[in-house]
Amino acid sequence: MSKKTIPIVKKIMSANDQIAEENQEFLSSKNILTVNVMASPGSGKTSLILRTIENLSNQYKIAVIEGDTAPVTIDSDKISNLNIPVIQINTGGECHLDALMVRNGLEQLDLCNIDLLIIENVGNLVCPAAFRLGEHFSIVIASIPEGDDKPYKYPNIYRGIQSLILNKTDLLPYIDFNIDYFKRGIEALNPGAAFFPLSCKTGEGFDKWVNWLKTRIQEIK
Amino acid sequence: MHELAVTESLLNTASDYAIKNNAQRVISLNIIIGELSSIIDDSVQFYWDIISENTICEKSTLVFNKIPAKFICQSCSEEFKIKGELRPCPVCGSMDLRTTQGDEFLLESIEIEKGLEKIDE
Repeated sequence: MSKKTIPIVKKIMSANDQIAEENQEFLSSKNILTVNVMASPGSGKTSLILRTIENLSNQYKIAVIEGDTAPVTIDSDKISNLNIPVIQINTGGECHLDALMVRNGLEQLDLCNIDLLIIENVGNLVCPAAFRLGEHFSIVIASIPEGDDKPYKYPNIYRGIQSLILNKTDLLPYIDFNIDYFKRGIEALNPGAAFFPLSCKTGEGFDKWVNWLKTRIQEIK
Repeated sequence: MHELAVTESLLNTASDYAIKNNAQRVISLNIIIGELSSIIDDSVQFYWDIISENTICEKSTLVFNKIPAKFICQSCSEEFKIKGELRPCPVCGSMDLRTTQGDEFLLESIEIEKGLEKIDE
């Protein structure tokens, strides 16, 4: 018997990263801009997706992948009611989507002529950050009632994103939320991320987000 | 929270390399965890003991090498480590910081026990 050390130096998440890369190549080849939407539960992911669809569906063809921990179709029903192709992925209790789940979802979706694919991740500020899915970019939705300290407490989720949405700004008069403190945390983690304070309820600030997204869709064409 | 998925990935990678190198069993795994990678080593260990049973990695030891988060200040180029909560640059107070270290989650190496070499090799 002999002992031997085998050098490896491999990213432990590389299997997921490999599938994510294949997903992204596939989506790029079809010119489908793909956005991974991450947030804590109740921050307004589905509300943002619905309002984004309302704003863009006359110009672009949109599809949605819904990640849920349980087989409850509350979110996907709201989307299919707008005649948008949607597929729900049940993670079976897992706290995040991974690239393989998304690949399986892509196989079930009719992606013909789709311009924009929105992936709603499981509501969680920790785990989704570690799993690339094949998206072209990811966003985080924070919301006023969650508090202004989230970038300091959950730094990883903010680090790789291209855009940060701060939802429920209509509640600012009622809640102590220091936007400057919140923004300083984001700038430290991710300088240059596009920042959109808005309200999905009133529509305040929504135009800027939609215009930014339109530019991203055009860029991939 | 996602340590089970991570531990499965670790088991697959280590087993692949062990089999390729004609190992009889895996003795230990050297793992590098950056402080920003949000991986809990106790939790990985917990799953490891369960899922490595009846594999080439059964009863192997996980050795975790933790490395701290390092940042470089974009305003004054000061390099510094941060433990715990994010803080501004200790020299100039800027919050315009870039991470230079701390994201890592790597399998660095494995130690294996090799079987007897075949005579015809």
